[in-house]
Amino acid sequence: MTDIAKIIKELDLRLLTSEKDFSDIQVTSGYTSDLLSCVMAGAQNHGIWVTLQAHNNIIAVAALLDLSAIIITEDSIPDPATIIKANEEEISLLSSKHNSYWVVGKLWELGIKAE
Amino acid sequence: MDTSTPPKTRIVTDQEAEDISRVEELAYELKINEVMTATPITLAPELRMREVLEIFRKKRISGAPVITGDGNLVGILSMEDLIRCLIDTDLDASISKYMTTKLITVANTDPIIEALKKFVGTNFGRLLVVDKNQKLAGIITKGDINRGILKALEHDYQTEEIKKYRASHLFEDIESDRTSLILRYKIKQGDFNRGGQASSNIKRALIRLGASKQIARRCGIAIYEAEMNLIIHTTEGGVLRVEIESNQITIDAYDYGPGIKDVQLALKPGYSTASEAIREMGFGAGMGLANISRCVDQMKIESVLGKGTRLKMRLFLENDHPNNALTIDSEE
Repeated sequence: MTDIAKIIKELDLRLLTSEKDFSDIQVTSGYTSDLLSCVMAGAQNHGIWVTLQAHNNIIAVAALLDLSAIIITEDSIPDPATIIKANEEEISLLSSKHNSYWVVGKLWELGIKAE
Repeated sequence: MDTSTPPKTRIVTDQEAEDISRVEELAYELKINEVMTATPITLAPELRMREVLEIFRKKRISGAPVITGDGNLVGILSMEDLIRCLIDTDLDASISKYMTTKLITVANTDPIIEALKKFVGTNFGRLLVVDKNQKLAGIITKGDINRGILKALEHDYQTEEIKKYRASHLFEDIESDRTSLILRYKIKQGDFNRGGQASSNIKRALIRLGASKQIARRCGIAIYEAEMNLIIHTTEGGVLRVEIESNQITIDAYDYGPGIKDVQLALKPGYSTASEAIREMGFGAGMGLANISRCVDQMKIESVLGKGTRLKMRLFLENDHPNNALTIDSEE
């Protein structure tokens, strides 16, 4: 378990949505897939989702699952409307230049492991 | 010899802070002028004690402030003073001989806790309330404080009741043999920009209606998949119809084409007819219907090729129903 502030710092992530007190948001689980239905089936509440997808449907998925943040990998950039929607739904979008494999590896090292 | 005992400091823990009762809070919130008697009966210092006896008896009071003609507060006369006078059989004396001149006052703008402290410290039955010019503004008794607190508590209670009166009371308040709330959403084919909007709105509505987070999440996932199916796979979109009852939620997703060729195949996890472009967006995993059947208690899919598809799902709000996926007993 670790907080999002630490994840942002250690993984050198870029925050695309509004600033908040990330040291207060604890992450206990993670999930990665670019297939939305798989995320629907597999991601846990308040988890963090690592994906290459950057189109606006990822916000709906994250909101329905109450995910705390999405890490969008390989510098894939969502359009402004997606970022606005993410802020409305209070989903934090974080961007990484690395690929999903690298990001997940780092998250694992920070203690967010799968069961 | 142990001299290291630290001095006891009073630190209010979070738990204690939570335990502070509303009455204690009110002692700090309510101002003295909100509960005091603002126009008390006053006595002139020249009055005879005999007349005071008559006033106390008639007005059923046991004490009163003494005020000069020009409005200066000079003393307070209580039943005790009157008794002293009676013992002396001195009823013709003037008030000024027997009144108490040591005045215990409180400011009218202070919280009632200040008055309570003075009651505890002095054992007096009533305190004189003065304004910022030290003129008499009223008197306050313990009874005034009790009444004030009770009134405030009653007000609190009413506000709380109004706040609680939310959508969740809908089903209890309306009497019928079967009450239901129906939500309908038109879903446009290809409208990826609004994909997930209906399911988010439904999830929010369920929470407002008092559904558990668990139920809202299961509904949210099932409806999201049905909604995306309407966006991705239909020729002209379709309709989501959610019927909420106190014991169950029934969701209908129907469209007017193109229909599913092989329903059994469509139900197979991993099978999808989505185009490459759709798959690139992360849809078309072939998991939609599998996700739905995992989230709902009953599910039924009917499709006529060339005509349309109707997907009916049901969740029970009580836990005594087994998961009978793929069957919905009766059509109402």
